[in-house]
Amino acid sequence: MNAPLRDRYPLAFRLYPYRRSADQDASTPARHSVVIVGAGPVGLALALDLGQKGTPVIVLDDHEGVGLGSRAICFAKRTLEIMHRVGAGAEMVDKGVVWQKGRVFRDRDEVFAFDLLPEEGHRCPAFINLQQPHFERFQMEAVTRAQTAGAPIDVRGKNRVDALTDMGDHVLLDIMTPDGPYRIAADYVVACDGAKSPIRERLGLGFDGRVFEDNFLIADVKMTADFPTERWFWFEPWFKSGSSALLHKQPDDIWRIDFQLGWDIDRNTELRPEKVRARVDQMLGPDVEYELDWVSIYTFQCRRMERFRHGRVLFAGDSAHQVSPFGARGANSGVQDADNLGWKLSAVLNGHAPETLLDSYDHERLQAADENILNSTRSTDFLTPKSRTSKLFRDAVLTLAREHAFARPLINSGRLSTPCVYDGSPLNTPDALEGGPARTRPGACCPDAPVGNGFLLDHLGGRFTLLSLGAVGPQIDGVTTLSLTGDALGPELADRYLGPAPQAHYLVRPDQHIAARWGSASANDIEAALRRAMGAA
Amino acid sequence: MSDLILEPNIPDPDGFYADLLAAHEGLSDDESAALNARLILILANHIGDRAVLRDALTAAKGDRP
Ligand SMILES: Cc1cc2nc3c(=O)[nH]c(=O)nc-3n(C[C@H](O)[C@H](O)[C@H](O)COP(=O)(O)OP(=O)(O)OC[C@H]3O[C@@H](n4cnc5c(N)ncnc54)[C@H](O)[C@@H]3O)c2cc1C
Repeated sequence: MNAPLRDRYPLAFRLYPYRRSADQDASTPARHSVVIVGAGPVGLALALDLGQKGTPVIVLDDHEGVGLGSRAICFAKRTLEIMHRVGAGAEMVDKGVVWQKGRVFRDRDEVFAFDLLPEEGHRCPAFINLQQPHFERFQMEAVTRAQTAGAPIDVRGKNRVDALTDMGDHVLLDIMTPDGPYRIAADYVVACDGAKSPIRERLGLGFDGRVFEDNFLIADVKMTADFPTERWFWFEPWFKSGSSALLHKQPDDIWRIDFQLGWDIDRNTELRPEKVRARVDQMLGPDVEYELDWVSIYTFQCRRMERFRHGRVLFAGDSAHQVSPFGARGANSGVQDADNLGWKLSAVLNGHAPETLLDSYDHERLQAADENILNSTRSTDFLTPKSRTSKLFRDAVLTLAREHAFARPLINSGRLSTPCVYDGSPLNTPDALEGGPARTRPGACCPDAPVGNGFLLDHLGGRFTLLSLGAVGPQIDGVTTLSLTGDALGPELADRYLGPAPQAHYLVRPDQHIAARWGSASANDIEAALRRAMGAA
Repeated sequence: MSDLILEPNIPDPDGFYADLLAAHEGLSDDESAALNARLILILANHIGDRAVLRDALTAAKGDRP
């Protein structure tokens, strides 16, 4: 505490320069609704959502912007949909490299190919590749636009949180700035302070899981090349630069290359530019010209906190859970944490919902974290077989896959991030749409579909919505209605929301997840489902 | 859904056993282990029923399914 502020990493973009706040001169700590610690992708996603709902929010970060270096590049459809809703999506998709197909090779042979979005009628692509600094820059630009439009968001750079004290009816934060320390009070604190979470440490909360005994060299390389914009993955590649390799295109002629190095390596030797260049040369051939843009070595782990809610302090993103990056489930799941938490915090602070609604954040996002950890652990086990026998089966799968289709789905080079279906959530009302499609069951996130000249998701979210298809829904207090009949009910909508049913009503939460659905529903049914989705016991 | 068959089910058991050994003839231990792994995957896919496969794993470990 009270140590002077020092940057822990160099900045790629200076996005929120330090400005002295009036709170620093207050004689008693100023009281705020929500304070977010950490302006990474998760903290900023939550700030945008809360601010646009009119819930005042302060974001504190101990830097003045986003750090340099190779971190997330693959942003999934669900993340982009959320970013669209909060006004940052279009720039991301514009700048990003759009992709949806992947190929897996062993040696020189293609053994598996996949398509992550084999259907039409979605606004957002399956994935974009975009360097994390750009992602955060676009989020911050959206914050500035939202502020101009009156959203109560305040992002404070070079504000390091050094201590938290739960005072029962509020939390007191000790903050360090270039002008010295100050304090503020908050109704709720959301710790989005990353995998090393000082807040988690300070509160003495555990963070257990598995470390995978392997090192991955991540090289971002600048070159002009005409590989297709697909995810290419090699097991035991012919170019022998690692026991596996991954190639991804990023904007601005940057290519992400990952090499799997094994456990017993000397990091400093491996990071020497000539050593890195030797590996890249083997892969690309001696005549390809490129520059090394950024190089680092990572080891990966899968772990999570036991609970994400600790009274008035909630954890979201990497502070709460960490996964290996094969599957791109880190930032993508963190943004969904934010999406899950935003509307709940707003509803509780506005007095529309009991504070126990926040426990459903724990329930639903623990479920999602477990799903992400399960998937990323399985991928890592396939990539890094941890015994002779698991290597034997891995190799058997890869050998069989060349000839036999059945073995291809067993190949696991990463199962890419998809939103969790909150099956069994206490907020769900049992499914009451006979024959309704499984993908739109209660707990699922609404799949997009064309509506008029736009898309369904543009009409949902931010508030509770009663979506009626082939019928007109009743007016309910606190619920927006959207009734689609006749020509407005296109084939994609019918396929995704009706199946064989002639009509349906869906109660959609502000985070675009489905709370309830019926073939036909009375106002009473809908009101009961709404109360339940708002956390009524 | 069918149950895991643990009663005799292979016609000409001696013939099958001879085929199994013949497939491994001349292989090193590593090659045999690899062959077994491929064989297990092929058979498992043929069975395709997760419940039967789970019972088979249990039985192979020496426990009662
Ligand atoms: C090599 C690599 C590749 C990856 N690829 C992908 C990918 O393709 N897709 C994907 O979805 N994810 C990927 N990830 C994961 C992704 O980078 C993280 O999940 C994501 O950054 C987590 O965001 P966050 O906001 O939770 O935390 P962070 O981004 O870590 O942000 C935490 C913020 O809190 C600030 N902070 C910390 N302590 C304090 C304090 N005491 N006071 C104030 N502020 C503080 C930090 O300075 C920082 O700004 C990858 C990660 C790595 C390492």
